[in-house]
Amino acid sequence: MADKLSRSRVRSAWVFLAPTLIVLALVAAWPLLRTIWYGFTDTSLLEMEKSKWVGLDNYTGKGGLLHNKEWWQAVRNTLWFTLLTVSIETVLGTIIALVLHRSFPGRGLVRAAVLIPWAIPTIVSARMWSWMLNDQFGIINHMLLGLGIIDTPKAWTADLAMTSIVLVDVWKTTPFMSLLILAALQMLPKECYEAAQIDGVHPVKVFFRVTLPLIRPALMVAVIFRALDAVRVFDLVYVLTTGTKDMATMSIYARQQLIDFNDVGYGSAASTLLFFIVALLTILYIFVGRVKLGDK
Amino acid sequence: MKACVAAVLSATVLFAGGCKKDENKTDNKGATGGPQGSATPAGSGGAAPAVGVEIAILCGSVGKELDVCKQGVEAWEKKTGNKVKVVTAPPSSTEQLALAQQHLAAGSTDIDVFNVDIVWPGILGTFFLDLKQYSNGAEKEHFEAIVANNTIDGKLVAMPWFTDAGILYYRKDLLEKHKEKAPTTWEELSATAKKVQEAERKGGNKDIWGFVFQGKAYEGLTCNALEWVASFGGGTIIDAEGKVTIDNPDAAAALDLATTWVGSISPPGVLSYQEQESHALFISGNAVFMRNWPYAYALSQEEKSPVKDKVGIAVLPKGAGANARSAATLGGWNLAISKFSKHPKEAADLVLYLTSPEEQKRRAIVGSYQPTVVSVYQDKDVLEKNPMFSSLVDTFKNAVPRPSTATKSKYNRASTDFWDAVHAVLSKKAKAKDSLAELKGKLEGISRGGKW
Repeated sequence: MADKLSRSRVRSAWVFLAPTLIVLALVAAWPLLRTIWYGFTDTSLLEMEKSKWVGLDNYTGKGGLLHNKEWWQAVRNTLWFTLLTVSIETVLGTIIALVLHRSFPGRGLVRAAVLIPWAIPTIVSARMWSWMLNDQFGIINHMLLGLGIIDTPKAWTADLAMTSIVLVDVWKTTPFMSLLILAALQMLPKECYEAAQIDGVHPVKVFFRVTLPLIRPALMVAVIFRALDAVRVFDLVYVLTTGTKDMATMSIYARQQLIDFNDVGYGSAASTLLFFIVALLTILYIFVGRVKLGDK
Repeated sequence: MKACVAAVLSATVLFAGGCKKDENKTDNKGATGGPQGSATPAGSGGAAPAVGVEIAILCGSVGKELDVCKQGVEAWEKKTGNKVKVVTAPPSSTEQLALAQQHLAAGSTDIDVFNVDIVWPGILGTFFLDLKQYSNGAEKEHFEAIVANNTIDGKLVAMPWFTDAGILYYRKDLLEKHKEKAPTTWEELSATAKKVQEAERKGGNKDIWGFVFQGKAYEGLTCNALEWVASFGGGTIIDAEGKVTIDNPDAAAALDLATTWVGSISPPGVLSYQEQESHALFISGNAVFMRNWPYAYALSQEEKSPVKDKVGIAVLPKGAGANARSAATLGGWNLAISKFSKHPKEAADLVLYLTSPEEQKRRAIVGSYQPTVVSVYQDKDVLEKNPMFSSLVDTFKNAVPRPSTATKSKYNRASTDFWDAVHAVLSKKAKAKDSLAELKGKLEGISRGGKW
């Protein structure tokens, strides 16, 4: 009887899950598998039907990705960008979250306002920033010149392009970080702080000894979300840099091969590697996180 | 899947062509001899275009391009009673190519008429209809070289719309003020630009720069750098047989000179400039010289332009060395019809209307777009508005083509490697000599030893 009940429960669970699973299979699994498959062929965008199986040629063959200087440059650019943006955003996000956690008049309004950069579609904010950062007419140069900080206009989107994309990314996604951290802060038990206050612990020490360990799980989630997002960065780089290969990220590189050069095979291989790097980062992060938690 | 789509497509085409046969006939007969007459295949036995269909055209968006395109399209709508959706293309030709490739590779029916750069027929040709079946010989009125460029395996894949060649714009008033002449060599240009820039800045015009060009890493840089290299006698990157010729001392000398401009007479930001950024700087009065296409002339002569009547035009300067010459890169745009179009007849009618001598004349007058129809160059109104069409006629005749014929479908890849190499030199990340040697290796790799 009980057996029958549980079996029917399992069945209805599958029935309820089916729509989600089907949609996921269609929009996530199928394109992913196709991309991986294309990565083993020499398909051209101009003649998609004619394709030949080339095995691992796109990866390890002569001129394959793993031997390609330009691809490695793109990997370095991406990782460097990820490291810079995520660390800055984490620090800034924490600070902003701590400020927003205090009660002050107009707090609700400020909390909402902080989210605006994050709510603007990236391509729009990238475009907006590209005008603000324009070397001749841009307001940034105008302000810096007016304040006497620089004496000639800076070419933000040419030789300073990496700085610019990092700045814009920080501007855009710090709110996301602070929101997640703020949520964590609000869950914290008051008792610890009261105890610390009674013991007269210095606020900085309270932060490092009480707050930080308590919000760490949430912080980790925020960091990994951001890191995965940053590894896939495309729009900012596409709009704000000069478009050379030395500034390309992995997504830019894959798109260039796929679309600009019609090389669906090679481009898919590059996309597949990007997918594996993202997967690897996730696994690594979860693994490292667990080990540390276990130590305690 | 594809076959099924194609079947459905041809069915709709037949239907559209078949059921609306008679409505346009009278119109065709009325316009005898004119371009409209030749535009529709009157009397050639083909069904006349239907009325009331909607087609879509992709129009470029540099300067006034979109407006001028829309005006032409509206005139055709009025004439035929069809509707046209104008889709705005991105300003960079590199991005436009990516857009076209994605649409065409997906077999999309969203866009019927594509705006095709002169270097693309080899890349996209297989996706376009043969226009000879609709043109009734109209292509014979256009420059032969462009028609030949647009003919792939005997198919006329695109109709010439306007042609382009790089020209030098200069500020007549500033050169006169500082007692200088328009330069004939790049060395002279460097010296004059420097002198005028310094003198003007001393005089309080702090924002002025000597020379602007297109330095962003995209197709425009290939056009600019090809001019430098060819003017020094350094060849055309890849020769007509497909051999990679770029690794030579003349080419390196040209790039070395160009590198000295960045940050001295050209703003450091020039490395992220496309056509729009260059003309914005020049037309606002903040540049002495500019390299650009002819379209910028009409823009600079508009009523609100601060440099109206102050702009002079010259051939691009010569290089140095034994084989120095003046070189302008051949550009230009053409109109092509996607083979996935649901209304090819109407699309062809639109294409032939837009490329007709009348429309080209109008475009030359309002936008200084250079006609591809030979006879338009004799038109008084056109010449009056565009003095350069007569004074620079040799420049246009001897314009240097990019090596798209030799590189065929791999042109974009070759061009990308070229502009990347040049950009690295200009931004001082690499020496010209080393960069070109590396480029040669890359190009030979792509082409499997020059075979393409």
